[in-house]
Amino acid sequence: MSEVTTIDAREPRPRKAIFRLPGAGQALNKGLVVTYLGIMVLLPIVAITSKAFEDGISGFWDAVSAPQSVAALKLTVICSLIVVVINAVMGTLIAWVLVRDKFPGQRVINSIIDLPFALPTIVASLILLTVYGADSPLGIHLAFTKPAIVVALLFVTLPFVVRAVQPLLLSLDRDMEAAAESLGARKWLIFRRVIFPNLAPGIATGVALAFARALGEFGSLVLVSGNIPFQTEVASVYIRGQIEFDRLASASAVSVVLLAISLALLASVTLAQRWGLRHDR
Amino acid sequence: MSLSSSKKSRRSIQALLVLALVAFGAIVVGCGSSDDSSGGDSGSVNLVAYSTPQQAYEEHLEPAFNETTDGEGVSFTNSFGASGDQSRAVESGQKADYVNFALETDVTRLVDSGQVSADWQNNKYKGIVTNSVVAIVVRPGNPLGIKNFEDIVNNDDIEVVTPNPFTSGGARWNIMAIYGAALNSGKTPEQALGDVENVLSKTPTQSESARVALQAFIGGTGDVLLSYENEAIAAQLAGEDVDYVVPESTILIEQPAAVTVDASKAATDFLNWNWTDEAQQIWQEQGYRSVNPQLLDKQKFPVPADLFTIKEFGGWDKVADEFFGDGTGSVFEIVQDLGYSTE
Repeated sequence: MSEVTTIDAREPRPRKAIFRLPGAGQALNKGLVVTYLGIMVLLPIVAITSKAFEDGISGFWDAVSAPQSVAALKLTVICSLIVVVINAVMGTLIAWVLVRDKFPGQRVINSIIDLPFALPTIVASLILLTVYGADSPLGIHLAFTKPAIVVALLFVTLPFVVRAVQPLLLSLDRDMEAAAESLGARKWLIFRRVIFPNLAPGIATGVALAFARALGEFGSLVLVSGNIPFQTEVASVYIRGQIEFDRLASASAVSVVLLAISLALLASVTLAQRWGLRHDR
Repeated sequence: MSLSSSKKSRRSIQALLVLALVAFGAIVVGCGSSDDSSGGDSGSVNLVAYSTPQQAYEEHLEPAFNETTDGEGVSFTNSFGASGDQSRAVESGQKADYVNFALETDVTRLVDSGQVSADWQNNKYKGIVTNSVVAIVVRPGNPLGIKNFEDIVNNDDIEVVTPNPFTSGGARWNIMAIYGAALNSGKTPEQALGDVENVLSKTPTQSESARVALQAFIGGTGDVLLSYENEAIAAQLAGEDVDYVVPESTILIEQPAAVTVDASKAATDFLNWNWTDEAQQIWQEQGYRSVNPQLLDKQKFPVPADLFTIKEFGGWDKVADEFFGDGTGSVFEIVQDLGYSTE
């Protein structure tokens, strides 16, 4: 839901609310939000971090730098990066076609975009195995290879960029494009200087969310990735193994690394957007 | 999607927040009290088990137990899942009177946490309710003519499906079966590890669990699947078109059951009933080997000439270190070498 912040950031500060809870005001509001987020999000994160450092910093480092863990983290990050690059391009393209073009079945396609969210990931995995496995009706035998991991991640993260870019495209003022055109700008220049800067925050948000999701993805990969240590074993499956053999501290340590990478990316996207806002207008 | 900062949406957000907090509070208060005690009243059994015997319990064993004098009117609340997950859930407070796992170490975990009595193996069958062996599941008619692990080692074009030994406890049985069979055929430990490496180098996938491995094999992956005999029979009972081979030399798998320290009387009755001839026959129909040698159906369950156990290698504790230990275990090193050579 980060696209919300993206949009809000460009609007004037919210006016004072008229509705108040009985006997309380803004303070209670903030209190509620903080308490809720504290219980639902912060508490588990603090718990997992403290578990990760149960055996001290050296224990944490040993768990993270174990060869199998390094291999799994590397594979996960590389696959996720490939996925978000493809997503950034294809997601924007899909959003563009859905907003700017009119064609039969558009509404149906628009609602299909969200299906990867609704589908249980293990079912997604089973479907991908059927399509790309040994009995592939298409004759494509991707299953158990690194490309299979990318394909599975592309499937589950498809909606992020599309849904982040769509509202921005919808609210984009077409007069700007018309003005640019009347001033003699070529199509590519209009896209580069007028349209893209307006879509960039959405693309960035979508990319950040898709990346975070791809890092932690488990269900859709279980059947279709090879799970072979050092080859096709992603971080979440490695973590699963650590739990299976009661190395909870190690599982938490690798999880904390994933959390940190996600957090760093989300934070840098937010910073980049602020910088962009300040320097763009 | 665009949430403008209109009053309307602020109002609904506030209302939702209050609602969410109240609901959360209700959940915590409501569930907290019922979670901490294990053991139910005398007429009910909370059964927690690994995933394979679900059908055996729900459709055959529990109804049959209800027909006995002890079991009359006893109701069951069942929970099935991956063996390690189930054991950890009980350790963390899931209600359980009767537990049945795929690995002895999953019961040991509950002994360590004080939830299962330390003398749970003080009975005729040492706490084991069923046996199985590592079998080789093959395509219908066994087109490659695989009879033992050696045949897999000697076939250069074969594809093997076996779970990942670092995410699946079941996968470790398979590896120890290959290793033990090689040792007992007169090979040195180094040569036996060579056989393990050979087989692992022929795996297109190492599934996260035994269940997923079976799923992959049924989906068309690989020429052979290494699995429990009872999994293979369960797949056949479910209508899957697979055959299986019990090698002349393979490892015996023992599946334990126990009751928790404050289990209901019905749970203890049920555990004891599992060792009766009647129950053991039901287990056999469902693909498990009876622990009672007199009852063992040797037609259905050929007894391997060379059947060894994990104790031959010093038990699971020792094996976990020596073979699967992080960084130092011999199988770990094999997997690491295989991984780097294919990078």
